[in-house]
Amino acid sequence: MTGRRGLDFAEPLIFERGSPGRRGTSTLASPLGTWDASREAPSEFLRRGPVGLPEVGEPEAFRHFVRLSRWNFAIDLGMYPLGSCTMKYNPKVNEAAARMPGFAELHPYAPESWTQGALRLLYELAHGLAELAGLHAVTLQPAAGAQGELTGLMIIRAAHIARGGARTRILIPDTAHGTNPASSALCGFEVVPLPTGGRGFVEASVVERAMDERVAAFMATNPNTLGLFESEIGRIAEIVHAKGGFVYCDGANMNALLGKVRPGDMGVDVMQYNLHKTFTTPHGGGGPGAGPVAVTKALEPFLPKPVVAKTGDVYRFEFDRPKSIGRMRSFCGNFGVLVRAFTYLREMGIDGLTRVAEMAVLNANYLRVNLRDDFQLAFDGPCMHEAVFSDKKQKASGATTMDIAKRLIDFGFHPPTIYFPLVVHGALMIEPTETETKETLDEFIAAMREIARECRESPDVVKGAPHHTALGRLDEVQAARRPVLRWKRECEEKPRPR
Amino acid sequence: MRMNVPEDRRYTTEHEWAALEDGVVTVGITDYAQEQLGEIVFVELPKEGDVIKKDETFGAVESTKTASDLYAPMSGKVIEVNDPLADSPGVVNEDPYEEGWMIRVEVSDEDEFEGLLTAAGYKKIIAEAAE
Repeated sequence: MTGRRGLDFAEPLIFERGSPGRRGTSTLASPLGTWDASREAPSEFLRRGPVGLPEVGEPEAFRHFVRLSRWNFAIDLGMYPLGSCTMKYNPKVNEAAARMPGFAELHPYAPESWTQGALRLLYELAHGLAELAGLHAVTLQPAAGAQGELTGLMIIRAAHIARGGARTRILIPDTAHGTNPASSALCGFEVVPLPTGGRGFVEASVVERAMDERVAAFMATNPNTLGLFESEIGRIAEIVHAKGGFVYCDGANMNALLGKVRPGDMGVDVMQYNLHKTFTTPHGGGGPGAGPVAVTKALEPFLPKPVVAKTGDVYRFEFDRPKSIGRMRSFCGNFGVLVRAFTYLREMGIDGLTRVAEMAVLNANYLRVNLRDDFQLAFDGPCMHEAVFSDKKQKASGATTMDIAKRLIDFGFHPPTIYFPLVVHGALMIEPTETETKETLDEFIAAMREIARECRESPDVVKGAPHHTALGRLDEVQAARRPVLRWKRECEEKPRPR
Repeated sequence: MRMNVPEDRRYTTEHEWAALEDGVVTVGITDYAQEQLGEIVFVELPKEGDVIKKDETFGAVESTKTASDLYAPMSGKVIEVNDPLADSPGVVNEDPYEEGWMIRVEVSDEDEFEGLLTAAGYKKIIAEAAE
């Protein structure tokens, strides 16, 4: 077993550390004298008791967080095969670029003449992303994938209204990302779910029956959450366009398509990128994200404003865009994330990005073929960037997908996405990404096979996992039913290190 | 797999049960549904007086695994809601057909009941889903 044997410290909450009056820093007395809050603010806003902050010294505070970090898992520690999340390694050169003072210390209100380098970066990134999408123009404003979806849907709504006919419905396959129906509902649309066909993707005939003049758009995640390419997307786009609808592609799974397929060529009108997935910017708790949206020429006037324009050699913000849906995010979106994505784009080039797609798909298929005897595949046959299994072969043992996921932690791997997509009972959705070596993939396969063997021979080991973590299995049911959201000294409870 | 499907009521393909008595239908989710969901941590139900429509969502259940919409087996006006489920959603897991009922609805068209699945018809559907 390649599991952990490290030295983990039992660590209480920081509120339970320290001593009254202990401080980490000392500050000079203010030359302005003492400040009397009661003279500056109405009495109802004055605090009545102490704030109740932890009272610890700097080493104590530092050790506290470093110790907690050792209980955690990160992409810099090991393989993180969380399906549809594309948890790939983030190259450190991205960080070097984002920390350059000319980017990191730039004031967002600095005049355009002082910020030409930053504007050029935004302009060139937008053009690079448009080119990869096979679409005409890009907004970099959205702060995450789901905000990108909302932006795209608002653009679609504005375009229908400009044509003189508001539409009310969005067609969404049942293998789409969960954010797709959520974004549609937030934008005021009625969601019409479409069933997956027998081959794991939506059939054109299903769209044909559902498509009418009430439908604003067909919204698909491609490749879908079964890790399969929506193979009838071209025909579907024709059907949707013929009745005046638009085609939205959730580009969260672009890692499988980079340089190989351009969504614009499939008839897609709008798509969002998830730079924190495909373009190696920090992800999850390490965010923030970025969800640029690419659109066709016909939809360009509706993009959020401002956009960066270029006249001669000079870059500037263009605000005069009367059809724009307005601003989606202050300033230029998450600029530091955009610098990282641009660094990756330029570092890889089109040949490198094409290899990314090839290796991501090859790695997923390598896992699929090596694990299919031990775990039930949802759909047999070649997959794209991820493979979906289930716990069907383990049913008799009583061990479930949840147990298998927890047991993987003992082997030093982050669990995959579980119980999603919803169309597969007990789903285990595995996306290795291109950044894992064959050696790591082989270790992962060995761990999964070992767990399958344990399910057959000693299922209690699996059902009681994880065994090698600082804390054992957390009580997710109680956490959801009776969450304790505020720490109080009375209900002080020590963690139970193992 | 345990498959408790009482004969005294009707079912939907979305795993709700419906028991009709004197123009009032009581609605809940099936044993199969609660088992597939796993431990339920939250039940969202309509308010008394809300009007619900057959085949449209009237609420949602959340478990540690997933969240799932609830679909109305019949149309009508909600006259009673099983309020204790808000504090103890686990009752749906323990006793889906009795204590775990969700809403009572004054139905607008009793004929809709005949269109629902019988116990035998529903058993067939869950047997196929288990394939």
